[in-house]
Amino acid sequence: MARALIHIPATAKRGEVIEIRALIGHPMETGYRPGADGKIVPRDIIRKFVCRYNGEQVFGAELHQAISANPYIGFFTLATESGTLEFVWEGDNGFSQTEKMALTVSA
Amino acid sequence: MKRRDVLSAGAGLAMLALVRPASATSQEMAAAIAAFTGGAAPKEGRVKFDIAQLIDNGNAVPVTISVDSPMSAADHVSAIGIFNERNPQTDVAVFTLGPRAGKAEVSSRIRLATSQRLIAVARMSDGSYWSKSVDVIVTLAACIEGEAP
Repeated sequence: MARALIHIPATAKRGEVIEIRALIGHPMETGYRPGADGKIVPRDIIRKFVCRYNGEQVFGAELHQAISANPYIGFFTLATESGTLEFVWEGDNGFSQTEKMALTVSA
Repeated sequence: MKRRDVLSAGAGLAMLALVRPASATSQEMAAAIAAFTGGAAPKEGRVKFDIAQLIDNGNAVPVTISVDSPMSAADHVSAIGIFNERNPQTDVAVFTLGPRAGKAEVSSRIRLATSQRLIAVARMSDGSYWSKSVDVIVTLAACIEGEAP
């Protein structure tokens, strides 16, 4: 399990645009770099990131080798109702991680 | 061949050489953008590409892309793609947005192998494409260094 850091406000007003910042610990090995033995280190990256708000996708990203190690993604969403935000990262070598955060929305 | 012909041909060549750098997008980057837009040529404007002009360390370069859009159900940004010219791969990332984003702004941290041109392309819900390109200078390159033996 990689370490994931997610920042969202705990509460928001309905209709407010909230900022979400998500970071996960991952080497994002490009597959172009020689390792300690001089051989090319095989590619190992996160290819896909999805954020779902109460089950509905609000943001998605397709990542490539040009994204830095420990990929950080900052984006926005509209607070509509209280519920959970689900963050899913998927990548090479069967990498998959899901994190959940609660958001309380007041009228 | 007359001297006059030679001179005019030379002037034509010089013109070509001058015109070329204006469209310095490499073939591969143009192909990657065409694959993203489905062949449509993106128009300049509406997109803001926030990145440092001089980059000390190409391993983690903060970038922020924002698009001028009301982000309503009828008129919103559906995707933002970032492409580069001289990394080993032209694709950087493709972000999928929708009317529930509220604000068309995305930030991330990217790798840059060398000084080059970057381009951000936004796909609108009406099918139009808007872009912004920036030229950056990179002093320490990413992707090249290996692990210490």
